[in-house]
Amino acid sequence: MESVIFDLEKASVREVNQFLHGAPETLEGRQVTVVSPNGAHNLAVGVDAPVQVLIDGHAGYYAGGMNKHATIIVDGSAGTGVAENMMSGKVHVKGFASNGAGASAHGGLLVIDGDAGLRCGISLKGGDIVVGGSVGSFSAFMAQAGRMVICGDAGDALGDSLYEAVLYVRGSVKSLGADAQYEEMTDADVSAVRDLLKAAGLNHDPMSFRRIASARTLYHWNADANQEY
Amino acid sequence: MCGIVGLLVKTPALREQLGALMVPMLIGMTERGPDSAGLAVFSQPLDAAKRKLSLYSGFTPEGDRFDWKGLTAALNGAMNVDAQVDVQGNHAVLTLAGDPEGVKSWLRAAFPLVYLLSTGRSIDLYKDIGTPAQVAARYDFANLKGSHLVGHTRMATESAVTPDRAHPFTAGEDFCLVHNGSLSNPYGVRRMLEPQGIHFDTDNDTEAACRFLEWRLREGDELPVALQKGFEELDGFYTFLMGTSTELALIRDPFACKPAIVAETDDYVAIASEFRSLAHLPDIKHAKVFEPAPEEMYVWKA
Repeated sequence: MESVIFDLEKASVREVNQFLHGAPETLEGRQVTVVSPNGAHNLAVGVDAPVQVLIDGHAGYYAGGMNKHATIIVDGSAGTGVAENMMSGKVHVKGFASNGAGASAHGGLLVIDGDAGLRCGISLKGGDIVVGGSVGSFSAFMAQAGRMVICGDAGDALGDSLYEAVLYVRGSVKSLGADAQYEEMTDADVSAVRDLLKAAGLNHDPMSFRRIASARTLYHWNADANQEY
Repeated sequence: MCGIVGLLVKTPALREQLGALMVPMLIGMTERGPDSAGLAVFSQPLDAAKRKLSLYSGFTPEGDRFDWKGLTAALNGAMNVDAQVDVQGNHAVLTLAGDPEGVKSWLRAAFPLVYLLSTGRSIDLYKDIGTPAQVAARYDFANLKGSHLVGHTRMATESAVTPDRAHPFTAGEDFCLVHNGSLSNPYGVRRMLEPQGIHFDTDNDTEAACRFLEWRLREGDELPVALQKGFEELDGFYTFLMGTSTELALIRDPFACKPAIVAETDDYVAIASEFRSLAHLPDIKHAKVFEPAPEEMYVWKA
């Protein structure tokens, strides 16, 4: 099927998104390319069809947000909130991503080849995130479900107030957040990391990752804790 | 919300185009800051005995028809400073030989409604209310020349929309600061500085940061030392971009609450709140683009 090209020197973001919000059956399997994205916000948000979108350059805020079914590639960096609240499909950032990447994603796979900023995977609700580089502070804060694979390092307070999301880190962790703890890598963990790395196109030894999950001590109010978490 | 832009050209030939390269950057940040805009441009410094003052007449009844030549003649009559003036509507750059403090005292007494925007050997400063495009056209930003500049588009949150509360703020000589964010302890900082004889022009939170950092520099701190003290004393959300006669400097708060992005080529370093403002710079496709980390200092030499 022929590819559709939008040049944002001429077309508006609204035209791109209205096209991408067309009937799923007409979009299925199509290739849409956005050239000269010029850091525009809200590119390819709310897509609900198995369409391939290539953003050929740097994207602004919320690129691929709320994605369902689509495969969205950003051939550049992404601003705040890339793939936030993704439901399914895949968003692949070939450069770096700013703050809040994959925030509250319910499903799908977010791949960031470079570094991610602060609060990556905050409130993750079931999506998977693979970061080829490092993540900033407060990543996976209150993450409820889903998995994060971090091939580089993590900043401060990783996994603070984690629920049932599981984090795998290869590099150093500046500090763990409240209630996050290192745990043994089981065979299932090694296999999960192997599969996620493969899906992300990254080549690391799954055994070189450490598992971080919730100690679940914050699940119940402890009146004797004296706010010492 | 506010927008920040900065540009430092490494290739001397580009100094002629500094303003032309910057105007689209500033206008690109209109959505982040539509109520006021401003810019400080640094160029070849004057001789050591000379100073230039950027002045604003928008608060006088005459506004942009203010009699700048009359002010200059009166100043030359009162003091032997060989003052010369370069006028652009409600804005003028007064160049003088001699003690700028004496001239400032004279100005305050003789023309209390003329507002002093900046003092130095290298800095010219423009700021006013209006959209970035309007302010850029008002002062012909496209024709500005120099080695580096600091610009700002404002969406006021912490104090009123007035020309003196627009950014950049200045303190001392050849120092300016723009801010995206909001400080939570500006009055504490102010109470610490005022007993040192430091005077504030406005109730704006950014002015506290500007005067704090300039005070540290004046007390002898090198820029990185002053910025480290800024991390310790200034509480709140901020991306600060600062200009001196020889440098641009950028810091972000530890939570990186306010954005910043940098593009660097062999010809220039460009800084903006968002990539949108960098997208049309020459050879941007081959620029090294990165996001400055929180609580790190970035200093670029002109």
